[in-house]
Amino acid sequence: MSDQRPTLVLLVAPALTMVLGLFVYPLALSLVSAFTARDGQPSLDNFVKAFELYGADIVFTLVIVSVSTVLIGVLAAAIGGYLTLGAHPAAVAVLRALYRWPLFVPFIVAAQCMRTFLAKNGIMNNVLDTLGFVDVANLSGLLDWRGIIITFVWKETPFVALLVSGAMAALDRATIEAAANLGAGGLRILIDIVLPQVAGVMLVGLVLAFVTMLSVLSVPIMLSGGSPTMITVDMAFRVNSYSDYGVANALGFISYAMAGMAAWVYLRRSVAGAEAR
Amino acid sequence: MRTALGWALRGALLGGLAFLVFGPLANLALWAVATRWYYPHKLPVTWGFKYWNEVFKPTSDAFAALGTSLLIASITVVVCLLLAIPAGYALGRTRLPGHRIVLLILLLPQAFPNLAVYFNIARLFYTVGLNGTIAGVVLVHALHGLVIAVWIAAAAFAAIDADLELAARNLGASALRAALTVTLPLATPGLMASAIFVFLESLDEFTGTFFVGVPEVTTLPLVMFTASLAGNYQIAAITALVLLVPSLGFMLLIERFLKAETLARIG
Repeated sequence: MSDQRPTLVLLVAPALTMVLGLFVYPLALSLVSAFTARDGQPSLDNFVKAFELYGADIVFTLVIVSVSTVLIGVLAAAIGGYLTLGAHPAAVAVLRALYRWPLFVPFIVAAQCMRTFLAKNGIMNNVLDTLGFVDVANLSGLLDWRGIIITFVWKETPFVALLVSGAMAALDRATIEAAANLGAGGLRILIDIVLPQVAGVMLVGLVLAFVTMLSVLSVPIMLSGGSPTMITVDMAFRVNSYSDYGVANALGFISYAMAGMAAWVYLRRSVAGAEAR
Repeated sequence: MRTALGWALRGALLGGLAFLVFGPLANLALWAVATRWYYPHKLPVTWGFKYWNEVFKPTSDAFAALGTSLLIASITVVVCLLLAIPAGYALGRTRLPGHRIVLLILLLPQAFPNLAVYFNIARLFYTVGLNGTIAGVVLVHALHGLVIAVWIAAAAFAAIDADLELAARNLGASALRAALTVTLPLATPGLMASAIFVFLESLDEFTGTFFVGVPEVTTLPLVMFTASLAGNYQIAAITALVLLVPSLGFMLLIERFLKAETLARIG
């Protein structure tokens, strides 16, 4: 095989160059810029300013993305669990046909859907009002942090549920049936037997969802105009209104740090998975 | 009695889920055919396709943006596949030296929040004159699509029996000829899926275009965004539908192209 090496390196070289030049290099620039003051000296000024101006937004971002990730995990486990363990084929088929629809809907379209659906006069309030649960006149809509979370969960749950249910379907049914024969209920089997075996896949899915949500700009702008907002909006504002790349990159570094630990877990698992095949 | 209760519960849960999945899409569709709709009316006051004419008349911004979007997406697919097919072949079929590090680098764009990288790309592009050009936007979209394209291509090539290529080599075909005439055609379904995916990702891409393309290059998602913030919900809904329909079609068709396990590898 050794005589093929130069050819093979040539085959991956263009793609590698693209990622190195257009991703790794700008990423390095962003790190340098975050730690450089306006006078060109290394400093932490940008971070001091970022925390001063946007400290609340940093916390807000972390809370929104974390809460969304937990909800996505719970819903994906429930959907995957019912698809795998559900006793009623008709209900399983309906669920399978239902949950995937938002899978490839772009964030910006999801944001526009929710901007109208969750508004005071949106379909959600109006249907609840018609059913007699609420009175629209007393409601204000959900266009704030709740709207952002709902949009994130709506958009990202199908992706994680698809991964998780795929992993669940590949499990050995024998342990599940053994537990059922011993009298374990569906929920117990899901939590004690099925979920531990798909924890790795679930983790990868949730990490990808977490990182994706950290870089979405359209959803926070379109769902919640006011303060506090997510740091993606603050970054766009620093760049477009002040050309202040220092503070914007400091916020960028904070978003990398949030994703960093999670991303490391994901990269290690993906590389291990690719090597295994 | 218990079964009846069970079905009522299942029905309520599935009905609730259906409402939450389709409600937002239905609201969008209603805005696309509403000409006037305001509180406290639960449904549009007047209906019609007036705004469709506005969006699709050849002189409109949205129509021009649609053309730009389709052009950018088409070029992005070509660029992405030219990069992804050789890389996917090398990664899927052979053991490269440094296999692990190559994979790690190719996966990086998926592992970092990319917004901060995009405005630094824009800053770089500004110095070399690529900012606000179709080429600049294509490069950003190709970067965005590359990870998945390589991943799908590698999975597609890995699924093909290596002995077929060896048989061709034994019959005297060169390595290149064997790869191009035996392996490549067999990988076509996977590569088609890859192409469609990259096309849609490019069509729907917002954040990168927002930093690199604006204001010179306006794509459909940017028109939608601007219309929405300006309160033109009809225009926003119609342009959103144009973006939505191909995405839903892809979701429904994807199983024909990709097995679930390949799909799972996308993640």
